[in-house]
Amino acid sequence: MLPEQAQQALETRQTTSPSYWAISIRRLLRKKIGVGCLTVIVIMYGSGIFAPLVTPYGYNDQDLSMAKQGPSVGHPFGTDRLGRDSLTRIIYGLRTTVIITVITLVTGSLALGITLGLLAGYFGKFVDTLIMRVGEVSSAFPEIFLVLIIISTMKAPMTRWARSVEDIVGFEIVSLGVVDYLVLALALAIFSWFGMARLVRGQVLQARENQYVEAARAIGASTPRILWRHLLPNVMGPVIVTVSAGLAGVAGSEVLLSFLGIGIQPPTPSLGLMIFENGSISVLRSDPHLLLFPVLTLSLLLFTFNLLGDAVNDAFNPRAR
Amino acid sequence: MGRYILSRMAWLPVILLIVSFITFALGRFGPGDPVEVLMGQYADPEVVERIREQRGFNDNIFVQYGRYVKNITRGDFGESFKYRGRTVSELLRKKMWVSAQLNIAALFLSVSVGVPLGLFSALKQGTAWDTGTVAFTLLGQSIPVFLTAPLVLIIFALKLDILPTHGWGGLFDTRVILPALVMGVPGIAIITRLTRASTMEVISQDYIRTARAKGLSEMTVQRRHVLRNAMIPVVTMLGFSLAGIAFTSFIVERFFGIPGIGNLFIESIFARDFPIINAVIIIGTTMFVLANLIVDLIYPWLDPRIRLGGSYAA
Repeated sequence: MLPEQAQQALETRQTTSPSYWAISIRRLLRKKIGVGCLTVIVIMYGSGIFAPLVTPYGYNDQDLSMAKQGPSVGHPFGTDRLGRDSLTRIIYGLRTTVIITVITLVTGSLALGITLGLLAGYFGKFVDTLIMRVGEVSSAFPEIFLVLIIISTMKAPMTRWARSVEDIVGFEIVSLGVVDYLVLALALAIFSWFGMARLVRGQVLQARENQYVEAARAIGASTPRILWRHLLPNVMGPVIVTVSAGLAGVAGSEVLLSFLGIGIQPPTPSLGLMIFENGSISVLRSDPHLLLFPVLTLSLLLFTFNLLGDAVNDAFNPRAR
Repeated sequence: MGRYILSRMAWLPVILLIVSFITFALGRFGPGDPVEVLMGQYADPEVVERIREQRGFNDNIFVQYGRYVKNITRGDFGESFKYRGRTVSELLRKKMWVSAQLNIAALFLSVSVGVPLGLFSALKQGTAWDTGTVAFTLLGQSIPVFLTAPLVLIIFALKLDILPTHGWGGLFDTRVILPALVMGVPGIAIITRLTRASTMEVISQDYIRTARAKGLSEMTVQRRHVLRNAMIPVVTMLGFSLAGIAFTSFIVERFFGIPGIGNLFIESIFARDFPIINAVIIIGTTMFVLANLIVDLIYPWLDPRIRLGGSYAA
């Protein structure tokens, strides 16, 4: 029997050391910039998601007697040419941004990118060559051109398809604007997977040589289990960094496409559309608030995304510690 | 070296074939029959059929595509659907030149301001100048063109009323200043930031101390030893930034009413004018691939230790 003190010392030793995740998240929360960015993003995303609850007006409520008014107590950001409340429309525009960024990142970067990266890194040889070559070709040209084409040609077939689904399900899909969101997000996703796949592949190439992979294989773990349970958790750090760094890009693309008239269609509000509608010198001369509020909201969002990307990189990147 | 260029150039046709086939197929299978677009809604079906036959739209898609590629190799991109009777090459040549000039002006601005600013900031590290520059780069990189364009318009056109805001008059016209400035700001920010980071890394190297110890003048040390080595990441960035510039020129051309390729491209997408769309994509892709190749060729000139085409093992 050991003395009591020694027993205690042993017990304290046995407590597990804080995990990589715990350390990283603590590092992120210790930074004022990181917390600030997270707060701004939570507020913006939150108000976007709960738009119908936080906005006093509907995004399509017109009141022509109130058209083109400057900021006031009733309409903090003023009203547009149809008398619609600008703040309400901006918040609904943020909802568009939220939906597009989330769908694009989940389908493109996370689902496609991680899966293909894991496969390429783990199997190597033919699989690797195929995936990497396809990716290299797809990143060898300015993808904005193809995104534009894909959206403009795929929208009509997708709408037709959605109508046929409507007939089966029995409720309205097309009028919700879902098709716009889907086409836009998927077109962006097609070109956003390669960066992630290349990163995951590189990480897996290192990680698969570890003994724990060999051990897992020795006790008979299946390949999917090794990939998802053993390799993936070990490459998640850089993945998080890449995702947070890519947020601004995806949000920016959506705004650009809607600005060009190819993304989200009116009357669904989108920041890009609002900027396009009011993006002329005559509006700036007479009602600058119509252009400046959406633009400032967008700038704040992109700026926060960039700052957050840096902060997350500092917190999660082992080499930056 | 020659072999490296050849193997890289061999990729170009492959990429071009894939990209052009995708757009070509989307054009044929997508909504909106090109001939109906061409003839309008109330066209005589017989005429439509005759034109389909005449232009070969009734052939197998691979036959059509083969013919299209064959014509391109002779520099013939076909005839626009929307602007009837005008060839694509004729339409594109003028607009591309406008966009190219604008991009060159923006690129020139970002390099000529960004590199000295980054170098200066790195050499004055820790001073108020440096802090100010870093703050500027952070802002300049995050603020979208959507904000800088209206801001610049308000300041220079509405408040000061010193510069024209609309239209195009060539590279030596005052109307180029504002759009080039707007397009240049993100570039300046990125290049300043990169130059500062890589300069700081380079000046702590031993060979810089050696160069100073040899008694070289500060000017020579900075020009031949610091700047040259610090430029490598910047040059890489320039290759990629071409795509970014294409991105922003869509926006800037709209805001400032410049008759460039961006506006034509969007117009063509709405008009389903696929000869123009395909041509823009093919030319744009070629330029992007070539730019990245040129970037690769600049590396060995900047740093003779870099050997192209060799193994990556250092």
